[in-house]
Amino acid sequence: MSLYTYSLLSIVGINIMLAVSLNMITGFCGQFSLGHGAFYGAGAYAAALCAVAGYPVPVALIAGAVVAGILGFVVGFASVRLREDFLAVTTIGVSFLFVGFVRKQHWLGAEMGISKIPGSGLGAEGNAVMILLFAAATIAFSLYLNRSWLGFAFRAVGDDEQAARTVAIPASSYKLLAFALGTAIAGLAGGLYTYFTQFIVPDSFGFILSVTLMAMVVIGGTGSTWGVVAATIILTLLPEVFRFINDYRLLIFGGLLVLVTRFAPGGLAGIVNSLTRRLRRA
Amino acid sequence: MDPDPVYYVDLTLNGLIFGAMYALMAIGLTLVYGLLRILHIAHAAVYAFGAFITVIVANATGSIALGIVVAIVASALLGPAIYRLLYEPLLKHPPYVAMIASMGLLIFMEDGFRILFGEQGLTFTRNPYPTEIHQLFGVTINTVQIAMIVLSVVCLTALALFTTRTRVGVAWRATVSNPTIATSFGVDAIKVRYLNFMIGSALAALAGALIALLNNFVEPSMGFVVSYKALAIIVLGGLGSMRGTLIASLALGLVESFGTILVGSYLDRDALAFLFLIIVLMVRPQGLTGARA
Repeated sequence: MSLYTYSLLSIVGINIMLAVSLNMITGFCGQFSLGHGAFYGAGAYAAALCAVAGYPVPVALIAGAVVAGILGFVVGFASVRLREDFLAVTTIGVSFLFVGFVRKQHWLGAEMGISKIPGSGLGAEGNAVMILLFAAATIAFSLYLNRSWLGFAFRAVGDDEQAARTVAIPASSYKLLAFALGTAIAGLAGGLYTYFTQFIVPDSFGFILSVTLMAMVVIGGTGSTWGVVAATIILTLLPEVFRFINDYRLLIFGGLLVLVTRFAPGGLAGIVNSLTRRLRRA
Repeated sequence: MDPDPVYYVDLTLNGLIFGAMYALMAIGLTLVYGLLRILHIAHAAVYAFGAFITVIVANATGSIALGIVVAIVASALLGPAIYRLLYEPLLKHPPYVAMIASMGLLIFMEDGFRILFGEQGLTFTRNPYPTEIHQLFGVTINTVQIAMIVLSVVCLTALALFTTRTRVGVAWRATVSNPTIATSFGVDAIKVRYLNFMIGSALAALAGALIALLNNFVEPSMGFVVSYKALAIIVLGGLGSMRGTLIASLALGLVESFGTILVGSYLDRDALAFLFLIIVLMVRPQGLTGARA
């Protein structure tokens, strides 16, 4: 396989981790977050600092996950205090704040970012395999989570917070947990991205990325792990396979978002579900 | 730092002018929110649309005033069309669905502008106003800035009078604050929605046109950051409140104006708005003035 294929596989793997982890927060627990890119960025920067300081790969990756998770936990407090619409706007704020802050920090390389990050020592192939393994683990964890008691509690909070509270589910703790979990995985993805590119700039983690991730979740079907994975793969590869699409990437993303919400609010998963139901009936 | 008091007067004036533009943008948003509980992010696409129409018509006819009028009329039609085609069918879903659709529409329209008019956007072929400098009480101000102050004061005052002194306006306000009760008193809630999108979009187009005149150019992404700032403003103002929105707009204009000077080396201008938002929300989760929860 060529280097290009490895880099495509790596990007797909990273995007899967990001979209599936966002789905844990938004899809399972019903907390609308438009700042996922910021946590991914926090993880990438933390891992980059560790790597530059000479720490081994696992330490840097864990540092990325921990830093992002802590940040996510803090932002999660906003979800406890604020209602839905306010939370959406606040997480947008987190997104802009992250990029705006990093751009001005000289110890983080400011606008120029951090370059010459030491590699993982695995090579392009090894990196791609490592990323895909982590992506597979994220999917497995998401599927497990969905069936577990914790996933049940997340859904209860997401469906109807008041009702969840009445049956003694501590909604606030679960929201915080969902944020911490989802953002830690995003931070891990950030660490992997750092080793993949060995060069990071603040603008890679901006609001457009957060919206793109939300688009993947919504187009895939909010709450459905497989739907989100499918949408992520399609939306990531489409512009690569059809080069001309790349120029119209945002036009197509925006258009798809409008069409999906307007005509199939359940996303890909919703379409597949209603098709199989119809087939069974026939 | 410059200790000259005129410098601070300049900063204050600039802050208030930007605040006034934010207010023109955000009033429409807050009204849509009050009426439909939708965060109408695509409002900023209407704003950019208004700016583009202004430049195109002004360059084609040579009259900037005509450009602004056409932009306002076209946007006043575009806004209700967005409601009819996009939001109305989505009202039965939870509000975040419409918000995502709105975000999709903003991205779609912005990229559409980019493809149609190019990455660089458009410039006025003849626009003398931003370089016409006046001295007022020792403060330097250009013609566009004066127009911004005058037009926003006129429009917002007219809106305030309209909503407090006329039957239609009172019905409108009643519907924004409680659609069910207003409907049972015989208000046609559907007509109010169209009126709402019309007026809100017209104001956004005016803001777009004025900003275009001030910068002397329009670019496809001009609405992008503004759209989210306007969201921050209506949240700050306590969603759905016109007075709160006005106060929050002016406050944000001032915070940005002074903040860029005072802490500009730690945070950029756009991040500042959201830092302000997050601090206010942590202290007062209901917004600056918010009475309703």
